[in-house]
Amino acid sequence: MNRRGFARIDAAHARPRPSLKPVPLTHFTATSCLGTGITATRAALLAGAGGLRPCDFDDAALTTWIGRVDGLEAVRMPPTLARYDCRNNRLAQLALAQDGFADALRSAAARHGPDRVAVILGTSTSGILTTELAYRRRDPQGGALPAGFDYRGTHNVNSVAEFVRASCGLDGPAVTVSSACSSSAKVFATAARMIAAGLVDAAVVGGVDSLCLTTLYGFNSLELLSPEPCRPFDPGRRGISIGEAAAFGLLQRHAGGPDAAGLVLSGYGESSDAHHMSAPHPQGLGARLAMSAALARAGLGAAQIDYINLHGTATASNDAAEGAAVRELFGDRTPASSTKGYTGHTLGAAGALEVVIAAIALQEGLLPGSAGTTRADPEIGIDYLLEGRRRALHHVLSNSFGFGGTNASLILSRVAP
Amino acid sequence: MTARLRLTAWIDGVSVFAPGLTGWPAARAALAGAGFTATATEIPKLALLPPAERRRVGTIVRLALATGLAACESAAVDPAELPTVFASSGGDGSNCHAICETLASDDRLISPIRFHNSVNNAASGYWGIATGAMAPSAIVSAYDGSFAAGLLEAMVQLATPAETAGRILLVAYDVPYPQPLHAARPISDACGIGLVLHDRDCGRGGARITVECGDEPETRMADAALEAVRTGNPTARGLPLLAALAAGGQQRLVLPYHDRLGLSVALATG
Repeated sequence: MNRRGFARIDAAHARPRPSLKPVPLTHFTATSCLGTGITATRAALLAGAGGLRPCDFDDAALTTWIGRVDGLEAVRMPPTLARYDCRNNRLAQLALAQDGFADALRSAAARHGPDRVAVILGTSTSGILTTELAYRRRDPQGGALPAGFDYRGTHNVNSVAEFVRASCGLDGPAVTVSSACSSSAKVFATAARMIAAGLVDAAVVGGVDSLCLTTLYGFNSLELLSPEPCRPFDPGRRGISIGEAAAFGLLQRHAGGPDAAGLVLSGYGESSDAHHMSAPHPQGLGARLAMSAALARAGLGAAQIDYINLHGTATASNDAAEGAAVRELFGDRTPASSTKGYTGHTLGAAGALEVVIAAIALQEGLLPGSAGTTRADPEIGIDYLLEGRRRALHHVLSNSFGFGGTNASLILSRVAP
Repeated sequence: MTARLRLTAWIDGVSVFAPGLTGWPAARAALAGAGFTATATEIPKLALLPPAERRRVGTIVRLALATGLAACESAAVDPAELPTVFASSGGDGSNCHAICETLASDDRLISPIRFHNSVNNAASGYWGIATGAMAPSAIVSAYDGSFAAGLLEAMVQLATPAETAGRILLVAYDVPYPQPLHAARPISDACGIGLVLHDRDCGRGGARITVECGDEPETRMADAALEAVRTGNPTARGLPLLAALAAGGQQRLVLPYHDRLGLSVALATG
């Protein structure tokens, strides 16, 4: 492009980056194919048992494996929130009911005031399944969608934030981040900024993404669906397994008192690849920028990270690019694994789901191994964990990258309770 | 209740492409009282993307890129240097319609390009490819409050120490959906609004903007034709801000966010 005429930004405007004041993560929960709530999720990680199954979703005729949440078909929405009824919001509803999470939100609203609690959620496809199914029932003459189709309550990307805000009685800023597979990692950055700036005192963050035909057939069109359970970072990898999940966290301004969870968000970093819509930067430049920014904000060196939860989708291009970026920053000394062999790639929910896995790892002193991966790709050269290890952890870094070259890295840390 | 936080910035650059409002200089005159006629939104041709990418993008990406570039030109800043906030109520409705039609047919093989263009952050992705900007890009959606949510995200980033090197680009954009989705989500015509915000007064004569969360009712446009534009597109909910900028002096207005929240804005033009 012709850049003449644009003034360069004055170098004096560049400033050193102080550390982020750590933001306590006081409550969290997750529901995925590993089960509903933290206990089931923790048990699966400790047992090394993944939750993928051959694709049995709707009438999708695809030879692949999926991470499906059982029982969504039976979830009933609150009568006053019936307009939000769709697979995605049912999954949100099911997850909110676990681990006392909805009660924690109501307590936060009472403590800070409902207008001082933000709702910042990520999703990639929201309730698009409702629209996909409605297109099968269009009026044969005029092509109209069936009566009762509610775009705002289901398909629109913000329906999940509207639903959670309404169901928990929160009045603060409520927004959805839909940036493909970085969505629910980026929500932690947006929420941390709002809390740091003083706009709100707490934020419910999280990600909700549910199975639909757009992603199943879409990844199929890119020839990225694995015909077997996915094997991240395995030289025999054959692509991704799609999953669905809802994962939530409650970030609250530090109140000075003890906090039972003993966890803080200590850093976040974001970047753009500026390279390609569906392929990562081949050397993982954007990934490296995001991880470096997270380390800088946390005031940590690479050697202080005890475990990396990789994006690790099990596509050859993702694994190679992320592996190169991790190797450049961390060498081959930092234990790392992808947990997508357990859960599948839950797309817009993956960032938040993997923060919850990082939280479990920190609390349990567990470095999760890999479900599915039998051999670490020798071409990549990082300390890839095939088997779980037990060790006290202090800082965990989690990566989430998405189509459009969107990258986010988060650091979760354990503090004395 | 805790005292409400006020966030302040300076507006270095503005752009708009909306019905009857083609570019900020012309729109400024129209909004300041030179007269407004609603005509179909004109989106400038896009020379920036490589030809292969240019053929692949839909109206919504062309609108977002044109809006962002015009705002950067207005502020005389290099787009590659700026972090961005992309705010929209939704993604590419035409692309979504084509995918849903294919998935409802006997042959469900959707095109790979349609699939990667279906992500809600496609405009941000193409912006990076077009400008080379590797800075963070926030993506926010809040239905008809998306413009306010995007403005608030940008203002919060400017207020967070060491977040942005002092400047940020907001691109708000929404385009109509084809039928049958249009009936479920009526958007009348395309609208893009871009702002380059600066955390200090850099002497370019830009207006000072202060925002805070509140619950006052949203500001409407006095002119009926402009009010129809405002309510016809989620991004056009930002028109009262542009009208206040065009009017100059001290102005107050409220942008809608959600049913219990509005963004109160005070503008001071030097």
